[in-house]
Amino acid sequence: MNERAVAVRAQELTRTFGTFVAVDHLNFEIPTGAVWGFLGPNGAGKSTTIRMLCGILSPTSGQATVLGYDVVRDPEQIKERIGYMSQRFSLYNDLTVEENLAFFAGIYGLSRSERRERTEEWIARADLRGRERVLAGALSGGWKQRLAFGCAVLHRPQMVFLDEPTSGVDPVSRREFWDLIGQFSEAGVTVMVTTHYMDEAEHCDTLAFIFAGRIIAMGTPEEIKRRQMTGALLEVLTPQYAEALDALASRPEIREAALFGRAIHVTMENGGDAISKLRRILADRGVEVERITPVTPSLEDAFVSLVERSAGPSAVSDSSGQPA
Amino acid sequence: MNLGRLRSIIRKEFTQILRDRRTLVTIITLPIMQLLLYGYLSSDVTHIATAVFDESRTPESRRLLDAFVNTTYVDLKYYTTSFDKVRSLIDGGQAKIGIWIPPDYAARLRSGRTAEVEVIVDASEPTSARTVLGIASQLGSALSTQLVLQQEQRLTGAAPPAFPIDVRARAWYNPTLENVNFIVPGVIAIILMFVTTFQAVTVIVRERELGTMEQLVVTPITGLELMMGKVIPLVVLGYVQITLTLFLASVWFHMPIKGSLVLLYVLSLTFFFSTLGIGALISTVSKTFQQAAQMTQLVLLPSILISGFVYPRESLPRVLQVIGGALPLTYFVIILRGILIKGVGLQYLWRQILPMVAIGIAVFALAINRFQKRVE
Repeated sequence: MNERAVAVRAQELTRTFGTFVAVDHLNFEIPTGAVWGFLGPNGAGKSTTIRMLCGILSPTSGQATVLGYDVVRDPEQIKERIGYMSQRFSLYNDLTVEENLAFFAGIYGLSRSERRERTEEWIARADLRGRERVLAGALSGGWKQRLAFGCAVLHRPQMVFLDEPTSGVDPVSRREFWDLIGQFSEAGVTVMVTTHYMDEAEHCDTLAFIFAGRIIAMGTPEEIKRRQMTGALLEVLTPQYAEALDALASRPEIREAALFGRAIHVTMENGGDAISKLRRILADRGVEVERITPVTPSLEDAFVSLVERSAGPSAVSDSSGQPA
Repeated sequence: MNLGRLRSIIRKEFTQILRDRRTLVTIITLPIMQLLLYGYLSSDVTHIATAVFDESRTPESRRLLDAFVNTTYVDLKYYTTSFDKVRSLIDGGQAKIGIWIPPDYAARLRSGRTAEVEVIVDASEPTSARTVLGIASQLGSALSTQLVLQQEQRLTGAAPPAFPIDVRARAWYNPTLENVNFIVPGVIAIILMFVTTFQAVTVIVRERELGTMEQLVVTPITGLELMMGKVIPLVVLGYVQITLTLFLASVWFHMPIKGSLVLLYVLSLTFFFSTLGIGALISTVSKTFQQAAQMTQLVLLPSILISGFVYPRESLPRVLQVIGGALPLTYFVIILRGILIKGVGLQYLWRQILPMVAIGIAVFALAINRFQKRVE
């Protein structure tokens, strides 16, 4: 990809805190205009990576460029061109909606008329009308989130970094928020977003799974589901789930068995009639089975499968950091 | 420095200060409370409870006791009939001074011999004890001189001779030697130091604790813009406080304002600049509000003790004098006393400006340098 088409390029990007390796030799590129999802459990290194890319945390080794600027050498150039929204919705709770927007617009150097015009525009767009004079601290999750997003994008950045923008927000607001992200992407803005809601990850053009500081899988949502779930995924309903899990744990043809709500999701090696094979294994151990049905793998399945394999002692090294 | 950005920060800071009613009330009432407290604590000791055992009971002894009462320092509260009672009153703390006049007091005076009077002082609190002892001996010599002269006149019939030496002591600037005039300007300085430093610490550390600092450091804002934007509203607040305390001190404690208020206000700016800088520096080196508060105490405590606010700087060990020289309060106390009590102008005070400006520049430079736009 040429430089114009690449918004972010990370090469061997690493950050340690003492002996703890938070981000471990990351390599990836984000194409301009993409919605790039960054997934992983808490503490996997998502926020640390984003902070390095925003130029507010220096990498221990490796390098990265954002919009063509080096994160170590030109952090201020980057800061003028990006928007950043942290997971804490860092707003001033003692300022009103209007005052928060006006403050950040001023900080980004917008003129008085631009400030008024864009604040007005965002209030309409984010459905904040009628709440202009409400203190940010009095807003509920969804409003707060859209206000924080507004504060981060009023200066029309070329790229936005959203660190868990939907945590603690109701489902309707989450969907509306993803509509907003979609609009930005259509306008050519590159979006890097972290989340641990798998349904949200489906909205992304590219996903990267990070675990223990390493990217363990990357690709489009479809690719990831396909690649990670080569076996057959079956759902088992049983009243004796503890015994069932126990029975499945020792069998070589069972790749994975994990509790999923009230059911057990089992991944088996392909080949033969997986359902009857599974039924036989459980019957041998005297486990009562209500129903076994094949399921289409979701991203969540792929995610659990990835994490379980990565967390296992043998799997960490061989499935690490292969860029798509 | 981008002026538009600076203006945005200043506007935001003012909005937040004015909206936080509770803090605002504290900022206004704290100086008033401190001023009242210190002002009264520093009032001179007068009307000390005194126990008297007058065995003489003569016009002469009466005259001596009246002379004591006239000083206003003593209050003859107990007339007793034995020395043991005087002792027990002082032991019990009801009286701080005991005066014993022996039975032969008047007789000895009349016959030209030396008459003895015993004054006992509870010196467990040395400051007032020292005052009383001084007054007692002054009183003694004054009365003696008077008596000697009278006797001389009676014997010779000649006019009293002139004193060979006449020391005319004049207490300048504060002729009635009122402690309040010494203490109150210092108290005003302390209050301003305390409030400005603490406010600077608060407004910066709060951003970090609330997580808004993380949002600020991803913007193109510079350390200088942020610091100045935070500090300028506090300078205005400082002026409100200095006005308030000056008003209260002159109305309530009758502290004189002899010099130019305009000069005082102009010079206050250099003081605010240095104390706010110290606050800014503290807030950049501390991670939590707790840490910052402790560090602020670390600066404020020596300021109170070694700036010359309570103890004259000349009486301090050399090391403490040097340390005191690095505290803006030291210079501001001189400026305040100079303008308020002595009524002197810039030609005597300009020497105090440079150190404060230097301290201010140094701490701000350090603070801005330490303020990395990073979250580490």
